[in-house]
Amino acid sequence: MGRTLAEKVWDDHVVRRAEGEPDLLFIDLHLLHEVTSPQAFDGLRQAGRKVRRTDLTIATEDHNTPTLDIDKPIADPVSRVQLETLRKNAAEFGVRLHSLGDVEQGVVHVVGPQLGLTQPGTTVVCGDSHTSTHGAFGGLAFGIGTSQVEHVLATQTLPMARPKTMAITVDGELPEGVTAKDLILAIIAKIGTGGGQGYILEYRGSAIEKLSMEARMTICNMSIEAGARAGMIAPDETTFAYLEGRPHAPKGTEWDEAVAYWKTLKTDDDAVFDAEVFIKADELAPFVTWGTNPGQGAPLSASVPDPASYEDASERYAAEKALEYMGLTAGQPLREIKVDTVFVGSCTNGRMEDLRAVAEILKGRKVADGVRALIVPGSARVGLLAVEEGLDKVFKEAGAEWRYAGCSMCLGMNPDQLAPGERSASTSNRNFEGRQGKGGRTHLVSPQVAAATAVLGHLASPADLSDVPVAAGV
Amino acid sequence: MEAFTTHTGRAVPLRRSNVDTDQIIPAHWLKKVTRDGFEDGLFEAWRKDSEFVLNQPERKGATVLVAGPDFGTGSSREHAVWALQNYGFKAVISSRFADIFRGNSLKNGLLTVVLDQKVVDALQELVEKDPQAEITVDLQEREVRAEGVTASFELDENSRWRLLNGLDDISITLRNESDIAAYEAKRPAFKPQTVQV
Ligand code: SF4
Repeated sequence: MGRTLAEKVWDDHVVRRAEGEPDLLFIDLHLLHEVTSPQAFDGLRQAGRKVRRTDLTIATEDHNTPTLDIDKPIADPVSRVQLETLRKNAAEFGVRLHSLGDVEQGVVHVVGPQLGLTQPGTTVVCGDSHTSTHGAFGGLAFGIGTSQVEHVLATQTLPMARPKTMAITVDGELPEGVTAKDLILAIIAKIGTGGGQGYILEYRGSAIEKLSMEARMTICNMSIEAGARAGMIAPDETTFAYLEGRPHAPKGTEWDEAVAYWKTLKTDDDAVFDAEVFIKADELAPFVTWGTNPGQGAPLSASVPDPASYEDASERYAAEKALEYMGLTAGQPLREIKVDTVFVGSCTNGRMEDLRAVAEILKGRKVADGVRALIVPGSARVGLLAVEEGLDKVFKEAGAEWRYAGCSMCLGMNPDQLAPGERSASTSNRNFEGRQGKGGRTHLVSPQVAAATAVLGHLASPADLSDVPVAAGV
Repeated sequence: MEAFTTHTGRAVPLRRSNVDTDQIIPAHWLKKVTRDGFEDGLFEAWRKDSEFVLNQPERKGATVLVAGPDFGTGSSREHAVWALQNYGFKAVISSRFADIFRGNSLKNGLLTVVLDQKVVDALQELVEKDPQAEITVDLQEREVRAEGVTASFELDENSRWRLLNGLDDISITLRNESDIAAYEAKRPAFKPQTVQV
């Protein structure tokens, strides 16, 4: 019987398989950041162990880093200690580190692909749940906990039980103005935040094949929000074209060998998935969340749902709690929800295409009065490219704040946070209570919806902008 | 890792579904560089509410958390497990756990027990009615026992063996070092390397 893409990549990494034990998998690439690594390095030190493969390990600073005044010492002493701890550990154990101020610094999931380190058919791990992002290249990529970080540092392997596989087939054409973010939010709303649990998701179908690499990363990034540890997309010409010429992509004959191998990485026609979900791209619309988990979403044209309409008691309770926390009432049209803050950034939507889309909408327009718009590139390199293209000027002229790279308001570990009761439209991936700051309220949206929302001051899509005149002379 | 064989203790009922790791331990606690001292961060936001179940005096010293479905969703932070353990929890019972959280818990010796929602409901009712009621989580027998409730649970043999013996994964893996070396020797040259180019 044929094998799925996930099974092929899995099988190619089995170091040891024995009855009654989880498979021991080899890890091709281990990404580190300051938050989930200190206790792991401590563990190594206590046991007198080394990092087995420093040549397969790379670290960056992202979660705690400020996005303003990055040349000054970090004001928050606790954040500073965490960053200094990573710097000390990287130096002591010989791990390559891109610190704040370095052009390769940035959100760990933006940095790996951009350097060409994330490749088809590789296993990628990081102590961060959004490691699923890297599956967009047709590798197996999953978030791990700190004990596992220590395990990979010490052994370059991980014992793992093989998850089941689920195909999510998206056929057709995404309508104008509907993005990868809308698609993944719709998928999560359909299968639920636990729907992917125990599965590796494979996104496939004609609508997926048409997506750019950056859009594919947006999709795979949020696999975890559907409960799946990993999501993947078979590599194709789009993948190869993205990789070719990147600093760590194979060169010369190695490139040819690699491509020949990568081309074998597709699900066989006769392979069987453990579960299948079908989505019609043509039926999708801009999608936003109204609640406090990423599965609580609806098309922008809809209204806040009535908790009483849920049959399942715990879902009903969750919806009630969510509306209370979000300060919303059932039946309120989503379009009428006013926001204080717009956040564009994160490993979901902080790459060049996202910034370009936002700039296109903000060009010649103004951020609405009373709205704070924060635009944070996913990496220092993305920031640099955006400046080269003049996007920073567009943002500033529109009245948005242009910042340095990092996780920023995605999780509010640095000073970029919502105040209690403040409401944001955010291109990030989690709308949990307090995620963007204590008492903050988050609506997850696409970059396009974020930009239109910034201009109008309430949740909106670019189509709603037709009556807002573009400033003369632009 | 401390071994887990069987544990009996009073319980805290947490009737919420989808309790994510940001609720278990908020992000600002993640700046700590140690594995201990997280107990005050556990459910920090909810604990501001005096009515919250953890604040009720009769729940003091409870060691078993009986949670709603989909407990531990969200981020991979192992701090969530440490916070539960630092607070004093030895076991968490739910009808469904998020994968990463479950993996993390078993690696740290916090036993996460999956039971049918009906059984979880029965346990919650029991401990809501009688805060002194005790729950026994028996890993030897793979069984949860409380007044009026006896339910067996599943846990793969490998995890069970590791927990019963308190073994850590790294030393187990390093027994197979030669397998790792053999794999490395035949790994294709085109695979990525992080050394600066
Ligand atoms: S951008 Fe957000 S989701 Fe991504 S790694 Fe940073 S904190 Fe996590």
